Amino acid sequence: MSDSPIAVEQHGPELLHHFVDAEQQRDAASLGMWLFLATEIMFFGGMFCAYLIYRYSYYNEFAAGSRSIDIWLGTINTAVLICSSLTVALGVRAAQMGKRKLLVILLLLTIVLGFAFLGIKGVEWHDKYKERHIPGNSFNADDLAKAYPEIHIDQQHEQIYFSLYFALTGLHALHMIIGLGLFVFLTYYAWKGRYTPKYYTPIEMGGLYWHFVDIVWIYLFPLLYLIDRRPLR
Amino acid sequence: MSEHIMSSKFYYAIWIALLCLTVITAAVSFVNLGPFNTVIALVIATSKALLVVLFFMHVKYTSEKLTKTVIVAAVFWLLLLLALSMADYTTRLLS
Repeated sequence: MSDSPIAVEQHGPELLHHFVDAEQQRDAASLGMWLFLATEIMFFGGMFCAYLIYRYSYYNEFAAGSRSIDIWLGTINTAVLICSSLTVALGVRAAQMGKRKLLVILLLLTIVLGFAFLGIKGVEWHDKYKERHIPGNSFNADDLAKAYPEIHIDQQHEQIYFSLYFALTGLHALHMIIGLGLFVFLTYYAWKGRYTPKYYTPIEMGGLYWHFVDIVWIYLFPLLYLIDRRPLR
Repeated sequence: MSEHIMSSKFYYAIWIALLCLTVITAAVSFVNLGPFNTVIALVIATSKALLVVLFFMHVKYTSEKLTKTVIVAAVFWLLLLLALSMADYTTRLLS
């Protein structure tokens, strides 16, 4: 193929030889990332489906469980994640413009916000532990039955709400931890100057992942915290 | 994916909109609107998700139609899962 019209020597080392040009390489990476996110939608989708079925079946217990988790911590955590999505979006922009220092600062800010989210989440989980709302032998929802005497609360059904609460927030937190690992990696190479306006695909792909995890939380917040906050009387 | 570089002001505007919607959805949940509480919560969540997907994830500016197809297909598949499951459970007699 010595008479190939593509002069391989003319492009930088960031372009892999099986792609025609940088744009094709980026589009391929982007498509692959979106396909992965599609599988993630299915991954979370199964749990959302379980949530929907049990919420439909045991609405009273879900409403009471939802009232017992701290709406302030939930709202603050939503805001923290939205701020981290902003820093990621600005980080991708900084990479597009080749501003290395700004990119590193924004990635570090994202990591700090990610840890803040997990910290607040930990406080929330600890509250549930103290209230004995963790499903299992020590589970006890008598406090909820006492707080809402108007509605019948079945202990077993209440455990289903908290099982889903811990499974969904736990799976989300696991994604956050993986995301933080990715961002530590990206920050290191951004600091090393690997990403340029010609090649910033890993930053963009890491950003897509982070935004996806943000979107999962955008749905978890109303579904877990805001089921029924209306005054009872 | 696009080469399109948006101004930082634009990103700040999306950010403010997302924060406002978060406060609104939390506040509205305390008002008794009957079944519309859930509807409003989901409409606001979907609006926020759309803002993130279209602008933070640059889907609005992507030239790649295949990417958009994958996203639409994934969401459609999820809705199929939820709709058909609920079509089953809501028409059963739970003992």
